[in-house]
Amino acid sequence: MIERHGSPVVTTFVRVTVPLAQIFAVYVLVHGHGSPGGGFQAGVILAGSYILRALGLGRERLAGAVDEPRWVALAAAGVLLYLVTGLLGLSRGAFLDYGALPGDEVHARWLGILLIEIGVTLAVAATLVVIFCRLAGREPEP
Amino acid sequence: MSELLLAALLVLLVIMALAAVRAGDLLIAVLALGAYGFVMALTWAAIGAADVSFTEAVVGAGATTVFMLAALLRTTRRRSPAVPGLRWAVLAVVAVVGVQLLGLVVALPPWGDPAAPAAVHVSPRYLSGAVRETGTPNAVTAVLADYRGYDTLIETVVIFTAGLGCWLLLARPDR
Repeated sequence: MIERHGSPVVTTFVRVTVPLAQIFAVYVLVHGHGSPGGGFQAGVILAGSYILRALGLGRERLAGAVDEPRWVALAAAGVLLYLVTGLLGLSRGAFLDYGALPGDEVHARWLGILLIEIGVTLAVAATLVVIFCRLAGREPEP
Repeated sequence: MSELLLAALLVLLVIMALAAVRAGDLLIAVLALGAYGFVMALTWAAIGAADVSFTEAVVGAGATTVFMLAALLRTTRRRSPAVPGLRWAVLAVVAVVGVQLLGLVVALPPWGDPAAPAAVHVSPRYLSGAVRETGTPNAVTAVLADYRGYDTLIETVVIFTAGLGCWLLLARPDR
């Protein structure tokens, strides 16, 4: 249904923009601690880059890169990472107490927030990409 | 300048919303809605809500538009004709609710008012304690990931569940 667009303008635009968007997603993720952004924002930008690539280069490119059950598992892994990070806090008495992680208080909290943000990113990005694959990947019924 | 810009964006927002509602061709309606999302993202950026602006730009203007286009390709571009009697009933309900909402707007505290009810409950506690208690320089992250860690965890579960639901509901028939 979504086929490769032959135009070199579209192809080049996508080839240049997608890696930049993905680097930006990682930046937004790891700097969410101190600047605007964070897990959810990084996740949607990452998913947006995959969707943009599929729109510009054809959905076969996406189908080749996305094994849907594996991506659903990736989303689940994100939720699990969040949960496990929270459970680690129990060793100090409270669920999601990042102070229980190794390092001094400030670094432990930074690590805890980074871990849960990575979990959110995985869950959000994989979820959006999987929904897109399911919506756009199938041929319309005759 | 900033207020002029904001006013222009809000006017554009209403125009886009009207275009989306009025368009007979659903393809145009979807694209107008995408433009609405983009103007919304600019509006969030103009009032300094960078986090929301990010999300609105990608989800509101990008992903939602693409999802709706994909859905549109499976159905039809024409909207079904409105039920004649229902039209006036809907208009009456919308008019009553609309007038009430407009009346309530006057009662809202001014934007950014430090004495607004939303700003005097737990916000001062979070803002003054964020750096000391969570070691996080970004107060938004401190609230989302630390003070409100449970909420964010459950939101993530909701997103995952929604994705899983879509994935299963839109399953290919040959599987």
